[in-house]
Amino acid sequence: MAAKTLTIDGKEISAEEGATILQAAEEHGITMPTLCHLDGVYDVGACRLCLVEVAGTPKLLPACTTRVTEGMDVKTDTERLRKYRRMTLELLFAERNHVCAVCVANGHCELQSLAYSQGMDHVRYEYRFPHWEVDNTHPLFGMDPHRCILCTRCVRACWHIEGAGTLNVSGRSAGSHIITDLNQPWGLADSCTRCGKCVMSCPTGALYYKGSTVSEMERDRSKLEFIVTAREKKQWIA
Amino acid sequence: MAKRILIDPVTRIEGHAKISIFLDDEGHVSDAEFHVVEFRGFEKFCEGRPYNEMPGITPRICGICPVSHLLASAKAGDAIMAVSIPPAADKLRRLMNLGQFIQSHALSFFHLSAPDFLLGWDTPQPQRNVFGLIGQNKELARAGIRLRQFGQEIIELLGGQKIHPAWAVPGGVRSPLDPEDRERILRWLPEAYATVQTAFDLFQATLQTHSREVQVFGNFPSLFMGLVDPDGTWEHHGGKLRFVDSSGSIIADQLDPQNYAEFIGESVQNTSYLKSPYYLPLDLPEGMYRVGPLARLNVAEQMGTPKADAELARFKKLGRGAVTSSFLYHYARLIEILAALERVERYMDDRDIFSEDLRADAGINSFHGVGVSEAPRGTLFHDYTVDRNGLLRKVNMIVATGQNNLAMNQTVAQIARHYIRRQQNDIPEPLLNRIEHGIRCYDPCLSCSTHAVGQMPLRVQLIGPDGTVIREAARG
Ligand code: SF4
Ligand code: FES
Repeated sequence: MAAKTLTIDGKEISAEEGATILQAAEEHGITMPTLCHLDGVYDVGACRLCLVEVAGTPKLLPACTTRVTEGMDVKTDTERLRKYRRMTLELLFAERNHVCAVCVANGHCELQSLAYSQGMDHVRYEYRFPHWEVDNTHPLFGMDPHRCILCTRCVRACWHIEGAGTLNVSGRSAGSHIITDLNQPWGLADSCTRCGKCVMSCPTGALYYKGSTVSEMERDRSKLEFIVTAREKKQWIA
Repeated sequence: MAKRILIDPVTRIEGHAKISIFLDDEGHVSDAEFHVVEFRGFEKFCEGRPYNEMPGITPRICGICPVSHLLASAKAGDAIMAVSIPPAADKLRRLMNLGQFIQSHALSFFHLSAPDFLLGWDTPQPQRNVFGLIGQNKELARAGIRLRQFGQEIIELLGGQKIHPAWAVPGGVRSPLDPEDRERILRWLPEAYATVQTAFDLFQATLQTHSREVQVFGNFPSLFMGLVDPDGTWEHHGGKLRFVDSSGSIIADQLDPQNYAEFIGESVQNTSYLKSPYYLPLDLPEGMYRVGPLARLNVAEQMGTPKADAELARFKKLGRGAVTSSFLYHYARLIEILAALERVERYMDDRDIFSEDLRADAGINSFHGVGVSEAPRGTLFHDYTVDRNGLLRKVNMIVATGQNNLAMNQTVAQIARHYIRRQQNDIPEPLLNRIEHGIRCYDPCLSCSTHAVGQMPLRVQLIGPDGTVIREAARG
């Protein structure tokens, strides 16, 4: 495969053709905030936290879904980007009810740590305080839509790692939400194999092991990576 | 039409209190009401949440007694799972509760109340606080602060630096005590005992000089309620409920807290957001009861530890039957600190506190569960109804300050009656101070009661028989 040379934050690097800016950057130790990206499943560019500036393009582009091109000049950390990232985070917080202090994921939440690292110290938008029903019908897992940021990591993990296709997105705009099967209570969703990959992939406290209390939800994403690597490298094929 | 004196907050929004004192046509105090504007909406807010989250959520109700809510909430969860928790978990929860008793009672006695005993009612407010106390008796103030720290230390050693994340969970607790931490506690105990002894001496002296306060600060007949062991020993986390009347006779015993609704009624008064619970079989006003240290010592036959038992015997002599003066809540608090220290010491010799078997596991085995624990300021009830998935459908909480609300009204009325002379129509500073202290006897869990070291933001209005404000005194 042909290699492309490009500049990220002033650093000249080369990347494989077809790689995303995010992959190229990570390979060279350049990090940027991401939220909907999950190693092992394809990217959808849903959260807009990985937005970068590309010289010659007025639009900001998501690094996770934009492929590298020859001679590209990328900036991942500018005042403008920082401003938009904070705004995006604030909007995420305002959209649902993220009460860190009493959340099962407190201290182990990607949304929370991003808010810290991006210096989000207040929210300028009015909170919407929506009301959703918690789904606790599953014997092992629970779903609290109040804490969902609609990153769809769980949906992608469910379809593309486990292959069960239990989780889906329903509704539009602010009414979008994650459903199980054809909007059945999770406990009645026949397709669910109870593998728990969705729970492992969730960045917030929206999906949790039942019975968890504050701060108890620590996730082990290495299992997802392990499965995906084994599959890609055909490690399990004798 | 009666006159009214109104004490209202001016600077604080949360947890603030307001007092109305009613005067009759002759200018006598006829009644008083202590309105609490706090707590509303919390029960509603919890609906729809998984019950396991409650030990994480409910400590947020009150920053002053998070441990009490934590424990009551975990216990309500135990009841929903219908499990008996591992014995080690029960001991550790108790240990934390004892730590809470020590820290909370030490705060109430040394920081909030002792300045009043020692500096007197006429000392202007700016000096009548813990700083004034430091000025007058540095050693005492320091010892009090250290004693409170000791209680907090126990809580932190168990629950971690942050108490809020739920350490107690439905089914047990999350972690044991570290053997090194046991050493810390043991090293600190002798100093804590010494401080309590100083406090006892101080209070005995106060009793000599404050006989009028004993008479006037909430001295009236009422029922008393608290948890006791099957043999009538003082309880703080397990056991069953007992009611005694002011003659000291047991009128109901070993009542199962799970069925509290059968013997506790809740009257809602439109002037206050707190519900006023009462003993159902007697109706109001005879059913009025007090909770907290005074009540627990009135219902208990013994403390269950030698030093505290000796003090209890001395305490019981102060009443004919039950001890009925709310001024003696202070004394009861000291005895409870002593009992807590003795029990903490006992637990330090119990291997269970290091156990790793701390959590029972179960699903939803009962759709309804009540968790009861003695908070420092009185019996606390958490009553949860869940659906088959463990989501809360109904939450009811009965807090100490609510249960003491009617007694606090009566205490304020008694003080006002005594100190407001007929037709005086004035609210001098010493009266304000006494009213404030009357409320403080109950150590109500309003954030304002511990706010600004010894200062309650108050507004006093004296309202005439036709409802007009005659006089207003404010402080905040
Ligand atoms: S449930 Fe979690 S993983 Fe799924 S979309 Fe919501 S936040 Fe993302
Ligand atoms: S990580 Fe790229 S848009 Fe979410």
